[in-house]
Amino acid sequence: MSAPTSPTPMPPRRSATFDEYAIAEIHRAAATGIYDIRGFGAKRRVPHFDDLVFLGASVSRYPLEGYREKCATDVVLGTRFAKKPIHLKIPVTIAGMSFGALSGPAKEALGRGASAMGTSTTTGDGGMTPEERGHSSILVYQLLPSRYGMNPDDLRKADAIEVVIGQGAKPGGGGMLLGQKISPRVAAMRNLPEGIDQRSACRHPDWTGPDDLTIKIQEIREITDWEKPVYVKVGATRPYYDVALAVKSGADVVVLDGMQGGTAATQEVFIEHVGIPILAAIRPAVQALQDLDMHRKVQLVVSGGIRNGADVAKALALGADAVAIGTAALIALGDNDPKLEEEYRKIGSAAGCYDDWHEGRDPAGITTQDPELAKRLDPIKAGRRLSNYLAVLTMETQIIARACGKSHVLNLEPEDLVALTIEAAAMARVPLAGTSWIPGQSGGL
Amino acid sequence: MITVDLDKSSVRDLNERLHRLPPETNEKAWRVVNPKGAHALCAGLTVPIEVTIDGHPGYYCAGMNKEATVVVNGHCGVGLAENMMSGEVRVKGNASDAAGATGRGGLLVIEGDAGLRCGISMKGIDIVVGGSVGHMSAFMAQAGSLVVCGDAGSSLGDSIYEARLYVQGKVDSLGADCVEKKMTPHHLAKLEQLLARAGIKADPKRFRRYGSARRLYNFHVDNVDAY
Repeated sequence: MSAPTSPTPMPPRRSATFDEYAIAEIHRAAATGIYDIRGFGAKRRVPHFDDLVFLGASVSRYPLEGYREKCATDVVLGTRFAKKPIHLKIPVTIAGMSFGALSGPAKEALGRGASAMGTSTTTGDGGMTPEERGHSSILVYQLLPSRYGMNPDDLRKADAIEVVIGQGAKPGGGGMLLGQKISPRVAAMRNLPEGIDQRSACRHPDWTGPDDLTIKIQEIREITDWEKPVYVKVGATRPYYDVALAVKSGADVVVLDGMQGGTAATQEVFIEHVGIPILAAIRPAVQALQDLDMHRKVQLVVSGGIRNGADVAKALALGADAVAIGTAALIALGDNDPKLEEEYRKIGSAAGCYDDWHEGRDPAGITTQDPELAKRLDPIKAGRRLSNYLAVLTMETQIIARACGKSHVLNLEPEDLVALTIEAAAMARVPLAGTSWIPGQSGGL
Repeated sequence: MITVDLDKSSVRDLNERLHRLPPETNEKAWRVVNPKGAHALCAGLTVPIEVTIDGHPGYYCAGMNKEATVVVNGHCGVGLAENMMSGEVRVKGNASDAAGATGRGGLLVIEGDAGLRCGISMKGIDIVVGGSVGHMSAFMAQAGSLVVCGDAGSSLGDSIYEARLYVQGKVDSLGADCVEKKMTPHHLAKLEQLLARAGIKADPKRFRRYGSARRLYNFHVDNVDAY
C-alpha cells in the first residue's frame, strides 16, 4: 500500500468582488480620508458603439463609389430661432473644456485644429480667453452654473451660447478645480483667491426648472438680439424627458453627453457610476424629438467616448446631427502619448493611463497651468494634429456612409445598423444581427 | 426723456433700441411704462444711460447690466440684475429670488425685501437691501458686499468665499463655513459708504459682519462635517 500523495497546493485566489483595484482604493481612502479625484471619463467597459455594426450595401442597397462619388458632411445647427445659425463643414465639433483645466496653448491648439476643418470649439468653466476666441473661427460660449468669466461682451462675441445643465461624466454634480491649478490668471478669471479649491455649483443660481429655463433662454436671446443659437447641454440620465423639456424651453440645439464623456476632475465613483452610456441615450433622445415633430429641426449633438469615424457614423445613424469630442481631441493634441512614457512613470502613471489632470503636472503640457509645462505644447503643431484627426474621423464616416449608399452622412439611419449583443440591440433599438428582433419591442421573427 | 409704452411696443423692440445706442449717445434718459411683468426688460445694456421703469418687471430685469442706471418704480421678478457688471440698478419695491446673482460689479439697491438666494454666487457686486432677505442668500458668494438692513433667512452665506455680509437684524442661521467676524473701523467705513451710496439711512454700528471661516478652501477630511 503506497503512501498517500500530498494534494496539489491551491493557487492563491483573488476575489472577484475585492479585486486589486477595489483593494487599492480602500487602502488609499483609509490613508487619505478623501475620495479619489481624477480626470478622463469612465474607464470600465460599458455598452458602446463597438457593439453595433453597419450592414453596408449589397443587392438590396446600392453603394456609392469611395473617393469618387460625393458624400456631403456639412451640418447646420441652430435653425429654429437664431438669425445666424452655425454652419459646420464636418459633423464633428469640439466639446467644452475650460481654460483652467487646460493650458492656454492647448485651448489655442483646439481652436486652430477645429478652424482648419471648419468646425467649432467650445469654451468651458473658466470663461472665454482671447487666444481661444482669436483662433476659433466658430466658438460656442458656455453658460455654466458657476458663471465663472461670464460677461455680456463675450456673450456677444460668441457664435452660439450653450446652457450647460450637466455633463456625462457627472450628471447632477458640480465641478472641482483643485487649488494647485489656480494660477493668478485662472484666479482672476474666476474672481477667487489663488490656490484654493474652486467648486463649481451643480445647479444654476438663478433658475430652478424648465419653466424658468424658458425665460432664461429668452433673456440670453434678448441680450444677443436673437442672433446666436442657444444650445442646452445635458448629461445622459433620463434623455427622453430631458430632451423634451430642453425643446420645450426653447433650445435650438440639444447636446447630450454620455457617461464616457470626459471631465477635468471629478470623483472616480461619480465618473464610473452615475449616468448612462451614450449608446443607450441617443434613441430615447431622438424619440423625444420625433414625438415633438422636432427631429432635424432642433439639432442633436451627442458626445461621450467618440473615438473614430465608425463611432461618428453610428451616432449619426441613430439620429444625431453631429458629435462632439473632448477626450479624443486632447489625445490628438498629444495627451497620453507613449513618447512621454518615462515622464508619466515619474509621476506614478503610464502613457495611456494618465488621468490625474487636476494635479497640474501634465508632462504633455495640456492639462496644466504650470507655465514651463504649458510651453511644451506647440499650439501650431498640436493644432495640425487635431485637424488631421478630425479629417480622418470625417473620411472614415464618409467611407461608411458611402458603403451604405448615402450621399450625405446625415442620411445614415437605424436600418443601416444591427447589434452584436442583446444589450446593444435593446439600447440602440436596432435588431440583433441575423434576426429582426429588437429586445423590448413587440414583433420580430 | 424718451418714453416707451410696452402696451404699444414689444420688449424686443425696446431692447433692440437700447442695444443700438452708441456709448456717446445723447439719448440718455428713458422711461418705460406698462411693463406688466415682462421678462428680460432692459437686459444687456452696455451704455451709460438712465432708464426708469414704471411698474413691475418679470424675470431678469436689467440682466448683465453694464454702465446703465436702471430704476424700477415697482417690484421685480426672479434674477433681477443677474450677472451685473457695473452701473446701478435700484428697485423701489421688493425683489424676488436670486437678485444680483453672480453679479460682478456695480451697485444693486433693493429698497424693500428680497427673496431667497439674494446675492447667490456674487462675484464683486455690492448689494444693499433696505428690508430682509430670504434663505441661502449669498450662497457661494465670492466677492463684493451684501448689506441687509432687515433680517436674513436661514443658511446665510453658505459656502461663502471672500464676499462681505453685513446684517442689521436677526440671522436665522449661518450656512457652512460662514462665521461672524469682527467689525473693524475699516469695515464700518466701507459699510457707511455703501449705505450712503444706496441712499438708505441706517446706523452702521448696528450691523454685524459675516464672512468665510476659510475652512473649506482646501479639502481636509477633518472638516467633512461642514459639507
